[in-house]
Amino acid sequence: MVELIQISPCAGLLPITLGSVTLDEQDVGRLTSLSPFGDASDLSAALEKAHGCTWPKPNRSTGKDGGRCIWFGRDEALLIGPAPDMGLAKHGAVVDQSDAWAVVSLAGPGAVDVLARLVPVDLRDAAFKRGHTVRTQVMHMNASITKLGTDHLMIMVFRSMAGTLVYDLKGAMAAVASRG
Amino acid sequence: MRIDCPMCGSRDRREYYYQGGAVMLARPAPDAGEAAWDDYLHLRENPAGETEELWQHDGGCGAWLVVTRDTVSHEISNVALAEDVKRAMRKAS
Ligand SMILES: [Zn+2]
Repeated sequence: MVELIQISPCAGLLPITLGSVTLDEQDVGRLTSLSPFGDASDLSAALEKAHGCTWPKPNRSTGKDGGRCIWFGRDEALLIGPAPDMGLAKHGAVVDQSDAWAVVSLAGPGAVDVLARLVPVDLRDAAFKRGHTVRTQVMHMNASITKLGTDHLMIMVFRSMAGTLVYDLKGAMAAVASRG
Repeated sequence: MRIDCPMCGSRDRREYYYQGGAVMLARPAPDAGEAAWDDYLHLRENPAGETEELWQHDGGCGAWLVVTRDTVSHEISNVALAEDVKRAMRKAS
């Protein structure tokens, strides 16, 4: 029988540290897209009971490492971490997207300055606090960006764009680092 | 140029895709006749002034928006979710 070897989206590309900023791949577990049938209140209650995080408002996330739910677009959220409780499917569409996204973390003083070169949204702490999330673009790639803490961001793009994401971030990291 | 997405907030124009006149929301009935369908598919106003357009926030939340824009000054006076506009149209008819 053919032996298949699992390779992560950024395998062989990361980690990279340039200056004070480190880019690394994140193994966050399962990724599940959730879209409520109508109102999200029933789905939110089921989500809280099963995974300890509620339905997030637009541009916000709930929960924590191992059970996080981030707003992921109009009437859509992404459950990150656990295998989804099948009871959720009574209240919304539940779609496994675990293999569809490249997930990286950008951390260290200056991480926000790196993204300022690539992302048309203000991600500084004054405007974008811990737990805030946005759907936006990194260069020309549609992305999801979530602030996990000061100088600590989680960035997601389609898996097929993992190489481009690393290339663009690496260039911006080098530019920021060269300014000292 | 920036557009205030009702879901995401004020965002750069590069996150948006432009579709055309918001008249696309007023789809005629299947039996409305050739003139109505010809008008719907092919004929557009070209105003120097305020116009309603469909934009999609494809680099953001993904929502379709009805944007009221002045074609002379480029001033945007209103942005609404196309979903809400269409729902109001249904209610009114
Ligand atoms: Zn939006």
